[in-house]
Amino acid sequence: MKTIQFREAIAEAMSEEMRRDETIYLMGEEVAEYNGAYKASKGMLDEFGDKRVIDTPISELGFAGIGIGSAMNGNRPIIEFMTFNFSLVGIDQIINNAAKMRQMSGGQFNIPIVFRGPTASAGQLAATHSQAFESWYANCPGLKVIVPSNPKDAKGLLKSAIRDDDPVIFMESEQMYGDKGEVPEGEYVIPIGVAEVKREGKDVTIVSFGKIIKEAYAAAEELEKENISCEIIDLRTIRPMDHKTILDSVKKTNRLVILEEAWPFGNIATEITYQVQSQAFDYLDAPIVKINTADTPAPYSPGLLKEWLPNSADVVKAVKKVLYK
Amino acid sequence: MKKITKKTYLNWYEEMLFWRKFEDKLAQVYIQQKVRGFLHLYNGQEAILAGSLHAMDLTKDKMITAYRNHVQPIGMGVDPKRVMAELYGKATGTSQGLGGSMHIFSKEHRFYGGHGIVGGQIPLGAGLAFADQYFKRDAVTLTFLGDGAARQGSLHETLNMAMLWKLPVVFCVENNGYAMGTSVARTANHVEIWKLGLGYDMPCGAVDAMNPVKVAEAMDEAIKRARKGEGPSFLELKTYRYRGHSMSDAQLYRTKEEVEEYMKIDPITQVLDVIQKKKYATNEEIKAIDKRVKERVAECEKFAEESPFPENNIMYDTVYEQEDYPFLAHKPE
Ligand SMILES: Cc1ncc(C[n+]2csc(CCOP(=O)(O)OP(=O)(O)O)c2C)c(N)n1
Ligand SMILES: [Mg+2]
Repeated sequence: MKTIQFREAIAEAMSEEMRRDETIYLMGEEVAEYNGAYKASKGMLDEFGDKRVIDTPISELGFAGIGIGSAMNGNRPIIEFMTFNFSLVGIDQIINNAAKMRQMSGGQFNIPIVFRGPTASAGQLAATHSQAFESWYANCPGLKVIVPSNPKDAKGLLKSAIRDDDPVIFMESEQMYGDKGEVPEGEYVIPIGVAEVKREGKDVTIVSFGKIIKEAYAAAEELEKENISCEIIDLRTIRPMDHKTILDSVKKTNRLVILEEAWPFGNIATEITYQVQSQAFDYLDAPIVKINTADTPAPYSPGLLKEWLPNSADVVKAVKKVLYK
Repeated sequence: MKKITKKTYLNWYEEMLFWRKFEDKLAQVYIQQKVRGFLHLYNGQEAILAGSLHAMDLTKDKMITAYRNHVQPIGMGVDPKRVMAELYGKATGTSQGLGGSMHIFSKEHRFYGGHGIVGGQIPLGAGLAFADQYFKRDAVTLTFLGDGAARQGSLHETLNMAMLWKLPVVFCVENNGYAMGTSVARTANHVEIWKLGLGYDMPCGAVDAMNPVKVAEAMDEAIKRARKGEGPSFLELKTYRYRGHSMSDAQLYRTKEEVEEYMKIDPITQVLDVIQKKKYATNEEIKAIDKRVKERVAECEKFAEESPFPENNIMYDTVYEQEDYPFLAHKPE
């Protein structure tokens, strides 16, 4: 094992894959000469040159579509959005073209492309720069959606995403790029669609993903002191979702809390809630509780943002609620 | 256009200096973590605002821009104390602390934001002009955008419709040389952004935007054209930003020498040179202005510091016009 930053895990995954496959290129704003707005492609221009590590103008619709078009014609592009907030400028290309092309063409055109970049809030950036669109993308058939929470998962899953023959949305976080974690020394991949139990426990299951899962870890530590044992599942892949890992855990703990940084209406937690009640209704000893961001655009002011975001104290409360404590 | 007089120059000097010092103060309090998020400062680009304001009819004309937007609302008449308070996230801020640095708005003073998505404000600017045309209001909208934003599809779609419908709007590209770390030359096969107007047969041209006189003249022509019902113009305002893109920019994409070259033609210095050459003010009078500017900035800081933070309910109350909108709960009680 070696210890690297999340951003290094991203760069390693892309670089290793680009070494083994000439059809892959990386394209996006500031990815080349600036080494990535968040330095997630550091050194890649030097190694691969400007044919394969390509700075774009601020033209998300154009370069998302150019990526998809090239994928119809032999490339396996990695398209970086500086953040997924800006993917909205190009979302038509992703939803109407990348996601639908294969079926619409009767299976002729698969689209082996990865759209990646940070998702969700990153401090006091206010309404337009703090959004989590996991559920928007996961709602769309034809796409796969991955949201890792640590360097090891990020590297292994990004390699799988790049090798995958279908379009993959791969979501990171500005607030995770500096996180350090252990990753295996050699070559490894982590399969898409497999959740991981990050902490074993017996009293309650907490499902989460992405950077917000850290609030669940902190809550579990707190609750441990009160002899409450939490099992934490990191979804890692949102679509397709690993129902089995969730259900197995719920059947053991009989209680479920879902922590997701997203607006509450029709989000990933809502989908999990439906799946669990339909497949494990008899195992539940309490209604499922979900914790989300407030049902409003993100506010700027620090106190408001704190109230808007979910935190570990909310998780503690939710766990106690499902335990009737 | 109103004549450019001694009074204009003295006003320019004081206001431009105030904007500069206001931004410097923000940089300072940002480092103290009193202002958070991104912080995009206007230092170096002040002649654009000064010249534009001179050419506008401030009783009815409108302005909209991107996220580099702290001083434009001040120029339009907004109390700078409230802008500073917004950056502090205070209840007394222009958006009651909801918008922060990138999202300053003032309906009262016809400043329509403050927009964080690059290119997002461009169609809005044309839409403001559409409504003015619709209601025969005889007003013009100045729509500002960066050189980077000139590469967004939103610009091209909007230019076409604005020209098709002869909307009373002036598209003003503030070409400060860079979009974050990307120079203009690296974003297109051409560097003369003003020529984009040619494809739409839109009156267009480049302006030396380190000089407020040049800006005022170009704006005046474009605004007059729009007001007469002859439609939009497309101006490339050649300027420069002294500071990094935001506060966390190592600026490896440019040299110190380049920045220094532009500082030699600094817009505030240019204005001061005229004042001194034409003896519009004595050294004492200039010192008095400098002192007043300092005091005004200090007042803003004091106001922002002392203002209260907003109550939590404000983030709900401001989402919908509907007063009893049934928001979903997001946390366990
Ligand atoms: C759609 C979109 N893409 C990317 C960004 C990130 N971003 C913010 S500012 C900026 C550069 C814009 O440069 P320019 O238009 O020249 O304006 P300047 O900052 O120089 O005033 C970028 C890429 C964004 N906010 N919105
Ligand atoms: Mg620029």
